[in-house]
Amino acid sequence: MHIVVCVKQVPDSSQIRVHPVTNTIMRQGVPAVVNPYDLVSLEEALRLKDRLGARVTVLSMGPKMAAESLKKCVALGADAAVLITDRVFAGSDTLATSYALSAAIRRIGQDEPVDMVFCGKQTIDGDTAQVGPGIARRLGLQQLTYVSRIETVDPAAREIVVHRRAEGGVQVLQTKLPCLVTMLEGANTLRFASMDDMFRAARYDVVEWDHKAAGITEVDRCGLKGSPTVVKKVFAPQPRAIKAEMLDATGKSASETVDALLSTLFAKHPNLEAEIRQ
Amino acid sequence: MAEKFDAIVVGAGPSGNAAAYLMAKAGMKVLQLERGEYPGSKNVQGAIMYAEALESVIPNCRRQAPMERAIIEQRMWVMDDNSYVGSHYRGTGDAGEQPNRYTIIRANFDKWFSKKVQDAGALLICETTVIELLKEGERVVGVRTDRANGEIFADIVVLADGVNSLIATKSGLRPPVKAQDVALAVKEMHFLPKQVIEDRFNISGDDGVVIEMFGKITKGMVGTGFLYTNKESISLGIGCMVEDFKKSGVSPYQLLEDMKNHPAVKPLIAGSEVKEYSAHLIPEGGYNAIPTIHGDGWVICGDSGGFVNAVHREGSNLAMTTGRLAAEAIVTLRDEGKDYTAANLRRYRQALEESFVMKDLKKYRDMPQILHGNRQFLTAYPELLTNAAHTLLKVDGVDKLSKEKQIKRNFVARRSRFGLVGDAIKLVRAFR
Amino acid sequence: MSAEETNSAAAPRRAGGIDLGTWKGVWVNVELERGRVHPVSWELLGEGRKLADHLGVPLSGVVLGPDDAATGEACAEAFRHGADTVYVVRHPVLEHYRTDPYAKVFTELVERHKPEILLLGATTLGRDLAGAIATTLSTGLTADCTELRIDDETRSLAATRPTFGGTLLCTIHTLEYRPQMATVRPRVMAMPKRDEGHSGTIVTESVTLAEEDVVTKILSYIPDANADNAQLAYADVVVAGGRGLGKAENFRLVRELAAVLGGEYGGSRPVAQAGWVSGDRQIGQTGKTIRPKLYIAAGISGAIQHRVGVEGADVIIAINNDPKAPIFDFATYGVVGDALQILPALTEALRARLGHSAAAE
Ligand SMILES: Cc1cc2nc3c(=O)[nH]c(=O)nc-3n(C[C@H](O)[C@H](O)[C@H](O)COP(=O)(O)OP(=O)(O)OC[C@H]3O[C@@H](n4cnc5c(N)ncnc54)[C@H](O)[C@@H]3O)c2cc1C
Ligand SMILES: Cc1cc2nc3c(=O)[nH]c(=O)nc-3n(C[C@H](O)[C@H](O)[C@H](O)COP(=O)(O)OP(=O)(O)OC[C@H]3O[C@@H](n4cnc5c(N)ncnc54)[C@H](O)[C@@H]3O)c2cc1C
Ligand SMILES: Nc1ncnc2c1ncn2[C@@H]1O[C@H](COP(=O)(O)O)[C@@H](O)[C@H]1O
Repeated sequence: MHIVVCVKQVPDSSQIRVHPVTNTIMRQGVPAVVNPYDLVSLEEALRLKDRLGARVTVLSMGPKMAAESLKKCVALGADAAVLITDRVFAGSDTLATSYALSAAIRRIGQDEPVDMVFCGKQTIDGDTAQVGPGIARRLGLQQLTYVSRIETVDPAAREIVVHRRAEGGVQVLQTKLPCLVTMLEGANTLRFASMDDMFRAARYDVVEWDHKAAGITEVDRCGLKGSPTVVKKVFAPQPRAIKAEMLDATGKSASETVDALLSTLFAKHPNLEAEIRQ
Repeated sequence: MAEKFDAIVVGAGPSGNAAAYLMAKAGMKVLQLERGEYPGSKNVQGAIMYAEALESVIPNCRRQAPMERAIIEQRMWVMDDNSYVGSHYRGTGDAGEQPNRYTIIRANFDKWFSKKVQDAGALLICETTVIELLKEGERVVGVRTDRANGEIFADIVVLADGVNSLIATKSGLRPPVKAQDVALAVKEMHFLPKQVIEDRFNISGDDGVVIEMFGKITKGMVGTGFLYTNKESISLGIGCMVEDFKKSGVSPYQLLEDMKNHPAVKPLIAGSEVKEYSAHLIPEGGYNAIPTIHGDGWVICGDSGGFVNAVHREGSNLAMTTGRLAAEAIVTLRDEGKDYTAANLRRYRQALEESFVMKDLKKYRDMPQILHGNRQFLTAYPELLTNAAHTLLKVDGVDKLSKEKQIKRNFVARRSRFGLVGDAIKLVRAFR
Repeated sequence: MSAEETNSAAAPRRAGGIDLGTWKGVWVNVELERGRVHPVSWELLGEGRKLADHLGVPLSGVVLGPDDAATGEACAEAFRHGADTVYVVRHPVLEHYRTDPYAKVFTELVERHKPEILLLGATTLGRDLAGAIATTLSTGLTADCTELRIDDETRSLAATRPTFGGTLLCTIHTLEYRPQMATVRPRVMAMPKRDEGHSGTIVTESVTLAEEDVVTKILSYIPDANADNAQLAYADVVVAGGRGLGKAENFRLVRELAAVLGGEYGGSRPVAQAGWVSGDRQIGQTGKTIRPKLYIAAGISGAIQHRVGVEGADVIIAINNDPKAPIFDFATYGVVGDALQILPALTEALRARLGHSAAAE
């Protein structure tokens, strides 16, 4: 079995700061990490590898430095890593991204047919959750999103059964390979690479493809050109004009404070009390 | 089967990088292990980088290095509760001479340095912690990491793992670091637009300012406060001896808050956005606290050997120099086909003794004790000094001579004549 | 993976290639699953109404489902929430949501009627479907929008959404492609007034579907045991706690207050991750968005990612011992004090007040 896992290198959003004055992103010193949701999918793929003996290839589109993130995936147990990196990919939105990635997956499939593709539930920078379905469409894969559990995979019968999160319940779905899976967070816990794997990764050379090597012919379906969406403006959320009416509890007893609060509350919002009663 | 290298370097800070770089350059098969996610990830703080020490490892590289600002002005402030007397020096020496100190942001600098190390051929593995040394009898033959199949072997292990020096301690190569020999420094990064920083500090381009603060801001504890200007941020921090924190019960955080609210500091950081708050230990025991730094199959360099010049607040340069000298000793032994025994590695210690590192540390060997024993340097004098300045500068119709008499009386009142003389001598000795 | 699959994802529909003018009307996916319509569909009709009126075009709902009463009811409700037209496809294959048949039907309808705007709920169903059809239609899709407007100059949809972990917002347009697609998370938009009287035209569409062509089969469906958690987003009163409560045990205080108020409880991300509350009770950008009449936040700093999830509340009471906490910048009432003291006091006072006067009624 051959599994491709799509991983994206993203800025650690918890560390991104907005410039207090210019309202622009301050990337200085913001570390790049593997999109956390992708690691859930990678771990799931690696578990299939452990169970059924599959070959796992990680794939990313991004700048050269994204190779670092791919190496982390190799350390965790991926057999091969491909980075498609090319100026023509710059400014891709999800449509252009899924175009480039699906082309690369088809190219990877030429050496060894691909049975499953994993994507993360979403990214923490784009977080659109669109690239996965996009790839599935383009490659005609059965699409299994928000998977909380992979019940069984039968490579011989080319059959897979999964639990898929729906609103208010879980669908138990059975379908055929090849398919695309996006995993739900918390579906598994990431492994800790062994020393041998760390050495293998440290010495591994990530395969880098430009658009030609990735088998992409229609360059104007990549990058900005191939992106229907246009980001018109980026801005910081407006602070509210009205600030909270403050009740200082210091010095007062809790019950005094609470009484003050409730009388103000129900005086200013007469309906509220009735509504709470219902 | 376990991996075997010519040398293993533990830690990717300035000392580890210097050592790994030179050994790899000399064609040794070097493995460098770093606990952090990437070099510098554990070292967010801004700091001062000393170009000479760096360029004696990587010749004329300062142009490519991610320096923040070249320090052209040094301010020394002796602080009272809400005033200070200070001396400023501005200038970079003779015209044309390059500035020799730069502000850096460690996270960026360490990353850059590490890239050089890897380009030189060393193998770097991050997110991997060395938990102990592998020994054959007395000889260190490798390390064990926190990962499965974690044993890795090497002819020599360079311990550059920072101030706590846990590995060496755990393996009984050195006594544990003593509380009275380490300072705890807390530090914040305050982000401000480039222009605002340049206006506030009267600088332009890539020029920068450093302010060192002594006196009452440390609330009678032995320590200093500091402020460095980076391109788009200000590194602000204060450090005191751990022992003093314990005794005084003052929280480091509170100390920093009060410093930020000092009328002389507050306007400099007004309106800034604080990013990270980091606390870190600095070895400040000086010469007398330096342990054995070499043995059969191992050497220690940088903070883990206690190599910091507390008086001049130098660390990374000593770290890089000790790393360099260790590497040079190791490479020579390899070239001479000699074994890495304690006896042969003594040349590392010798090189250190001849270098500025030990000379400086010796020079100030008594400083820590003196400051410990004489709190007046930290409390009484600052107050007296600022009062003196105040009295002298106040235009209130009192003639200057009587003012000076008054000042003298204040000093004598606080410290007996003998006390004053004694203090003076002590200090002079310590500095000479 | 056959090559023609890709070509089925048609080459980009550029302005040059197509006449934008032929694309008219605003469509909303009426998300019908297992006989129940997800309320986000009504919220979207409410928002779609504004867009349609601004453009002077009709607002349509799209209902896909089996040939049963629920499907009919969904159509009727769509009208009551503002739809002028409902396109309905009734087919047994559509009984359960599955990507392929739903995507097939939807794309065919879009090709036939060419709506300029297509809105879906950012639910597991909506996101799965939107990603698929946007690709096949080869057009732009903006996810998790927090604001939808029409840009008069270009007559295009200006879709605003959080970016970079919510620290910034960005406004995205799809200028040269149609339809312009967007998804919106439940509760981000207000629920429109339900109008019993309002009705419109039902257009029944037929699409050729056959179960044997559908590769993916539903083996079973496991409803959530604690389905009440789904109520959180729609509760009138929500009490939430944050890291400021100190430890898991203290969360009891939050649940007790919620109980007295007959409301739901939730938590900030750190406490959800720490397991003080279950993950589906996380409130904020990456959790649930809520619009209660009353929201009480105890020990929550009010980071932007939390704020976007609760700003829709009518009244926000914030309890925090740090007067400088950002939550006071958007709360209605701020109590500076120890939540561990205030919460129980509040619970007592309300129990007395509500209990007592309830008896009096
Ligand atoms: C607040 C503060 C301000 C300072 N300001 C200055 C200044 O302005 N100028 C200056 O010259 N010096 C300054 N110093 C001192 C300077 O930072 C240190 O002297 C210098 O970093 C020492 O370098 P090092 O390589 O010896 O140790 P470190 O820089 O601490 O590097 C040690 C590395 O080893 C890694 N490590 C530790 N244990 C293990 C393990 N078991 N396994 C694997 N890896 C491990 C750590 O993650 C770390 O990356 C300052 C220090 C502090 C705390
Ligand atoms: C991509 C991304 C997505 C995110 N999504 C979400 C999300 O969906 N929801 C979310 O909530 N967060 C989210 N976050 C995290 C968010 O940025 C904040 O870290 C988080 O909201 C902080 O949670 P908190 O307020 O409980 O904890 P803190 O920020 O630690 O705040 C604790 C507060 O409690 C106060 N306090 C302490 N003790 C007491 C006491 N005794 N009484 C009263 N007050 C006290 C403190 O003053 C402080 O203000 C996200 C972050 C990122 C980067
Ligand atoms: N540039 C990229 N390279 C590789 N995989 C990607 C890239 N962008 C998105 N993906 C995959 O698509 C998933 C969803 O991304 P998004 O649509 O941006 O939320 C991610 O979790 C990744 O698995």
